[in-house]
Amino acid sequence: MATAAAAADHHYTTTGLNSRKMLFWTFLGSECMFFGSLISTYLVYKNHSTTGPYPHEVLNIPLTSISAFVLLMSSLTMVLALAGVQRDRIGQAKLWLAATAFLGMIFIGNQVYEFHHFVTSEGLTLQKNLFGASFFVLTGFHGAHVTVGVIWLLSLLIMAFSGKLSSKNSLDVEIAGLYWHFVDIVWIGIFTLIYLIQ
Amino acid sequence: MTSVAVPAPHVAAAAHAKTGLWSWITTVDHKRIGILYFVTAFIFFLAGGIEATMMRIQLAAPNATFVDARTFNALFTMHGTTMVFLALMPLSAAFFNFVVPLQLGARDVAFPRLNAFSYWVFLLGGLFLNSSWLFKAAPDTGWFGYANLTSKTFSPGHAVDFWMLGLQILGIASLAAAFNFIVTILNLRAPGMTFMRMPIFCWMTLVTSFLIILAFPVITVALVLLMFDRFTGTSFFVPAGGGDPVLWQHLFWIFGHPEVYILILPAMGIVSEVLPTFSRKPLFGYPFVVYSGLFIGILGFGVWSHHMFSVGLGPIADSVFAITTMLIAIPTGVKIFNWIATLWGGHIRPTTAFHFAVGFIAMFILGGLSGIEHASPPADLQQTDTYFVVAHFHYVLFGGTILGIFAGIYYWFPKVTGRLLSEGLGKIHFWLTMLGFNLTFFPMHLLGLWGMPRRIYTYDKGLGFDTLNLVCTIGAFVLVISTLVFIVNMLKSIRGGKPSGPDPWDARTIEWSIPSPPPEYNFAEIPTIEHRDDLWERKRSGKGPYPQPANAHVHMPNPSYWPLVTAIGILLFFIGLMLSIYLAIFGFVFTAFGIYRWAFEPAG
Amino acid sequence: MPSLPHPFRRLSFWGCLGLALLLAGCHAFPQNTLDPSTDFGWQTHKLFTDILWWEVGIFVLVEGALVLALLRFTRKRKGAGEPEQVHGNTGIEVAWTLAPALILVFIGVPTVMTIFRTQAPPPKDSLKIEVIGHQWWWEFRYPEYGIVTANEVHVQRGRPVHFEMTSADIIHSFWIPRLGGKRDVIPTRTNHLWMTPEKLGVIPGQCAEFCGTSHANMRLHAVVNTPVDFAAWVRAEQDTLPPPKDDSLAVQGAALFVNPAKLCTTCHTINGVSNGVVGPNLTHVGSRRYIAAGLLANTPDNLAKWISNPPGVKPGALMPVVGVTPDEARALAAYLTSRK
Repeated sequence: MATAAAAADHHYTTTGLNSRKMLFWTFLGSECMFFGSLISTYLVYKNHSTTGPYPHEVLNIPLTSISAFVLLMSSLTMVLALAGVQRDRIGQAKLWLAATAFLGMIFIGNQVYEFHHFVTSEGLTLQKNLFGASFFVLTGFHGAHVTVGVIWLLSLLIMAFSGKLSSKNSLDVEIAGLYWHFVDIVWIGIFTLIYLIQ
Repeated sequence: MTSVAVPAPHVAAAAHAKTGLWSWITTVDHKRIGILYFVTAFIFFLAGGIEATMMRIQLAAPNATFVDARTFNALFTMHGTTMVFLALMPLSAAFFNFVVPLQLGARDVAFPRLNAFSYWVFLLGGLFLNSSWLFKAAPDTGWFGYANLTSKTFSPGHAVDFWMLGLQILGIASLAAAFNFIVTILNLRAPGMTFMRMPIFCWMTLVTSFLIILAFPVITVALVLLMFDRFTGTSFFVPAGGGDPVLWQHLFWIFGHPEVYILILPAMGIVSEVLPTFSRKPLFGYPFVVYSGLFIGILGFGVWSHHMFSVGLGPIADSVFAITTMLIAIPTGVKIFNWIATLWGGHIRPTTAFHFAVGFIAMFILGGLSGIEHASPPADLQQTDTYFVVAHFHYVLFGGTILGIFAGIYYWFPKVTGRLLSEGLGKIHFWLTMLGFNLTFFPMHLLGLWGMPRRIYTYDKGLGFDTLNLVCTIGAFVLVISTLVFIVNMLKSIRGGKPSGPDPWDARTIEWSIPSPPPEYNFAEIPTIEHRDDLWERKRSGKGPYPQPANAHVHMPNPSYWPLVTAIGILLFFIGLMLSIYLAIFGFVFTAFGIYRWAFEPAG
Repeated sequence: MPSLPHPFRRLSFWGCLGLALLLAGCHAFPQNTLDPSTDFGWQTHKLFTDILWWEVGIFVLVEGALVLALLRFTRKRKGAGEPEQVHGNTGIEVAWTLAPALILVFIGVPTVMTIFRTQAPPPKDSLKIEVIGHQWWWEFRYPEYGIVTANEVHVQRGRPVHFEMTSADIIHSFWIPRLGGKRDVIPTRTNHLWMTPEKLGVIPGQCAEFCGTSHANMRLHAVVNTPVDFAAWVRAEQDTLPPPKDDSLAVQGAALFVNPAKLCTTCHTINGVSNGVVGPNLTHVGSRRYIAAGLLANTPDNLAKWISNPPGVKPGALMPVVGVTPDEARALAAYLTSRK
């Protein structure tokens, strides 16, 4: 039973859940609605483009499957990074944080390649048709989220190298992990709805 | 934490100034932030009122030329946008800020710097939006900015940009605040305060905050799509490129309908606190009032197309939304009945706060009734986009929210300032408001039924609109006078009002157990809660006041200017989107810099 | 479709009509929604008044309870002790949840029925009129008769009229209150509205969706004719008028009209003379009661005023100031007046 003494404890919370983690979950809730609206816009405008190029003409499923797999693997490395920090095995943490950031950068690289290819070789731009507009805005915002995540991970990596990361502040890594997994899950949604189901 | 024996609660924080401009700029104290919200929002409320008065002067007679068409269109756009985003929401936020931590038995909100950040972003967003007047580019496409009137083709120039980007900035403020209050209410309740023992105002704040985090991202996306259309030439809402203007309406109203519940639930929460105090009995049916609030919040996401009954969505869509809209009347009615039952059998002390709370109920009933007419699509086809709907939403937002907020002001002013507002002036304020409000808005029901559309800068004679429009304008001036009475009351009472003491109303909830105004740390020792209305039970059980030990070790967060710096970065980013990509990049980097310094600042 | 409500409700109907007329005073309120003149209008009006009676009842009950509570329980003297601390009553909660739900059934069922009835496909013999909204005027096309006109739409008493509606630019809303409820006109869609007019006369309306600077000035009129008059109107509209001969001012105006420097032919169609489509069709503009989309009475003076400075009359008007002298304006006005 909660008491005044317990309440005086710095880390006391009514639910027992850490407040920063809870805050981050509320943020992820709003992000669900954000991406949900962008995905809905894409779906509403599917088959409404008045002119090509059309999805089936330009989307490269094999290549995108690989990059989706890369992102999925990066969630695994993220879990390993968190495990490392929680067990005070900072060497492990550094390795897996770097791996996660690296895999994230590969994903971004593929996005950049895909966008560049669409614009220069396929003639698909933001302005060309509704497919271009809704595709680039949706995947562009997702890519921006991944980029922010990569920067976040690199910051944690720098902290690790500066000796500032330990099991005491593993929450920082855990929250970065929540973000990273969320961004991955959004990609699974996008990949399924845009690339696989045409 | 170990106790240190000192004569008074020792506030462990770096020495920092408690007075002066810098202390306000760097404050992270929820009470100060609440005051900042209130003053800023009230000034914007006055601005919105001036915009309304100018419109009423123009409409007092047919074919008037007080303002021209473009100015009038900007006036109604800015009036609506200001009242919704810069007045009503932040006034509610002022109460969330000041009252919720005190009612929960907390020292502050969960994230004090994030709290300050919300305020600064709100202030800068409001200033940005209103700066458009100075550039002769005030937005003029209505507060709901329907596509494709807002496209670059039909709205060249920067007016729509100010509106579009201003709302994005304000959205960030609202979201940040909502995240904060959800965590605060879930995690910072005093020991023993289960959900069903929590003050009802905190419940309504919780539901409102969930509505904000789920609804605002949708308008964020709508505005993002509009930004792409206007800045990069996409065709999300441009028919020539295959876009559908009705998509804007769907996205906007999926946000917009929950938004109106965001606007009313806090005021309902206030009324639910004020009535029991002045009836001297508990809120009747507390669990049902809670569930009604929850139900309204959830169902509020299922009614949005009742704003689109004239769009031609088809009979099935029209029927579904008609039914869900009617359904939402049920929990709303349940709340009203529970309020009346609270009064029933009570010993009513008719203070000014009580007057406004009752005024809320009386006016909200009327607003709800006109809402039921709107819920029926065939009837609504004659009412939508006319002065009938203008009457409806002013009855619920002015007769509802604003009266509720005034009730809250008269109720909690003593806790904020340690002084009472004048009851005499308060009663005059109340009756002038009731007179002015009904004079202004009741005739609008008839004007709408007689065929006067909304958002018209003038009307012809011979349509029968002349007399009632004049009556509405007279009512507006009565409202101006009532507002002046209120301002006089506030200014007089801040210094010269009767000292209130901690509990002037013999109230029920624990914010009334601490001094007025509260010390920086609120509670010397966080109380342990055993009942709903714990203070009332404690007073009646003879247990004596809550323990206030002299040797408590209290830890308060340090003030910080990084929230303001980050807010400035965000403002520069959005201005840059409108003016120069270099400024946008600079703003982005500045924001990132602010966030980094904030994240690594010792929290104290 | 019967034009009067079911005989059952006659008492309620007359009561409502009385109330409505009391409020309406018929002719003093030409855009009065409470004075419908079509089957569509009557159906929605009936729904409105039925709901209104429920609301009057609810209002009396609930506001009455509120006032009663205030009167009875306001503390008369201090120190009267505590009232009983009643926390609630589940039975009463159930009751006052179910009662409103029941009332809503009485409102919801007729609502849904009326929705489906009024949005059913129009009768096969309807007069089809295509409505196209523009900033800030209304285009009307009668495919059955090959007529294109603007701002004044003629319909026939007793014959269902089916409006098939879209917009050329942005969203507007077609609303002639005494004919019935409004329907938005949207650039990417075709909307439908149909009704059978029952009363003769000239019935005003205006755009009901904010559409920019002169939204307030985008007005229109429906003219309900007898079948004979309607047929006569159709014949007149189908006529291609010969150029003016007798009136020298009108002859001058005709020459000015086709003068490229005056830009008239860029935007306007007069059958046999020009075919611009940006602005209203002016083939028979002389026979309309109003000009500038219901803004000015159709007189030579008003025509001249409009032609000389359209944005001065109608802020933001897309018709430019082309530069006409007062004499030229009068000549053009005379020419257009002759196009009956």
